[in-house]
Amino acid sequence: MSNWEILWSARDQFWSGFFSTMEIFGLSISAAFLIGCGMLYLLEGSRPRLTVPLRVFIDGMRMLPFLILAYLLYYGLPAFDIRLDAWWSGVGALAVYHGCYFAEIFRGARLTFPPGQVEAAKAHGFTKGKMFFRLILPQIVMQTRPLLGNQLIYALKDTAFLVIITVQELTAAANSLAGTYFIPTEAFIVVIGFYWAVSVVMEIIIKQCGRFSAKRGFDHV
Amino acid sequence: MFEKNTSEQTAVSIRHLSKSFDGVEVLRDVDLEVREGDVVTILGSSGSGKSTLLRCINWLEQPDRGSIHIGGQRIGVNDAGRPMPVRELAKVRARTGMVFQSFNLWPHLNVLHNITEAPIHVLGKSKAEAEAHARELLEKVGMSPKADAYPNTLSGGQKQRVAIARALAMQPEVMLFDEPTSALDPELVGEVLAVIKDLSAEGYTMIVVTHEMAFSRAVSDKVVFLDKGLIIEQADPETFFTNPSTERVRKFLEREES
Repeated sequence: MSNWEILWSARDQFWSGFFSTMEIFGLSISAAFLIGCGMLYLLEGSRPRLTVPLRVFIDGMRMLPFLILAYLLYYGLPAFDIRLDAWWSGVGALAVYHGCYFAEIFRGARLTFPPGQVEAAKAHGFTKGKMFFRLILPQIVMQTRPLLGNQLIYALKDTAFLVIITVQELTAAANSLAGTYFIPTEAFIVVIGFYWAVSVVMEIIIKQCGRFSAKRGFDHV
Repeated sequence: MFEKNTSEQTAVSIRHLSKSFDGVEVLRDVDLEVREGDVVTILGSSGSGKSTLLRCINWLEQPDRGSIHIGGQRIGVNDAGRPMPVRELAKVRARTGMVFQSFNLWPHLNVLHNITEAPIHVLGKSKAEAEAHARELLEKVGMSPKADAYPNTLSGGQKQRVAIARALAMQPEVMLFDEPTSALDPELVGEVLAVIKDLSAEGYTMIVVTHEMAFSRAVSDKVVFLDKGLIIEQADPETFFTNPSTERVRKFLEREES
């Protein structure tokens, strides 16, 4: 049997790793998006007692290597009597870490949001919550679409770190096959193919979403 | 409180209004009464405080002193003399409609949804009711064919007409226009002024800050002239434009004519 035939016969391991990666990615990136939106909402208005600690937290996360955060959640939290299994530690770490990146991307766009539109909303009787979710946030998301697409790819790649805290995902599957049959080159080439394929599909979807915003004058696709 | 539906009812009442920005007095003890159905235009050179006065009426700027009542309801300050809670303030604000110099349409919504957004999500109207009303208003401002267009595809004059319809959709007691034609190309000014003229004929109460003298003369029931934050002249348009009582206004009108 050639090395490639060995991998083919073990394809079920790849698939299960792949689905596990996609599950982790889908769940954590959705949570990260909501965390980013929530943080942007909390940063609205001028309550320094809330906004200053939040900004420090966001920056603290962004300046932290992702792997350290994953370690901290998996190995560090039990010291405080909080025990998460490897899977939930990984999902939690990804969600919080990329949530902070999302928040920072949104915050940058919020700074250049036209104040006249907020005035128009106030003049029409809008209060903070509805104004934010119906008028500000949709525009911020459309405007930051290319950056969000980029962040999705970062998040996908960061799922590979979770192999180190024993999550059984795609990279773990490749690792195990590489070790069992001593064929690291082929095994890792296969996972590269998986990561590339998912990234390319995401790029296409994000690009298609660009048409939606281009129609409204937000960008040019 | 006032009795409802008397022809002499006060729509907006401004008393002793003062406002400073960084120690510069922008409005000084301004008093102004606007009766229901009246069109009041506010004239004055740039920096005279006329936009600030208008923006105080719906509390986009908070005055330092004085009071503003809209249909008998004081804005910004509650009965106990404290700053109004946000929700209460929003309700009083919704009794005014504002049209901005720079339109400020919401670009992610199409024309129809720009107009129905606040009626549905602020007033709680049903979608069907809000859309039917919005289409009537689009008809009124001559923008029906553009109901499904997005703001970025419209000309300035079209955007402003949509903005007028958007404000009218809240069925406000008073319409506030903040230099509605100042950001427009000269050839687009006419279409917007024509819409405002139509509204005045329909009996809407309006306060218009403008630089358009001929328009002011044609539509106003009262012309107010602000100079360095003071109202120095308040008269019917005939008197104001032909026989102003102050030298300052005479000079202003001469310069505008030349």
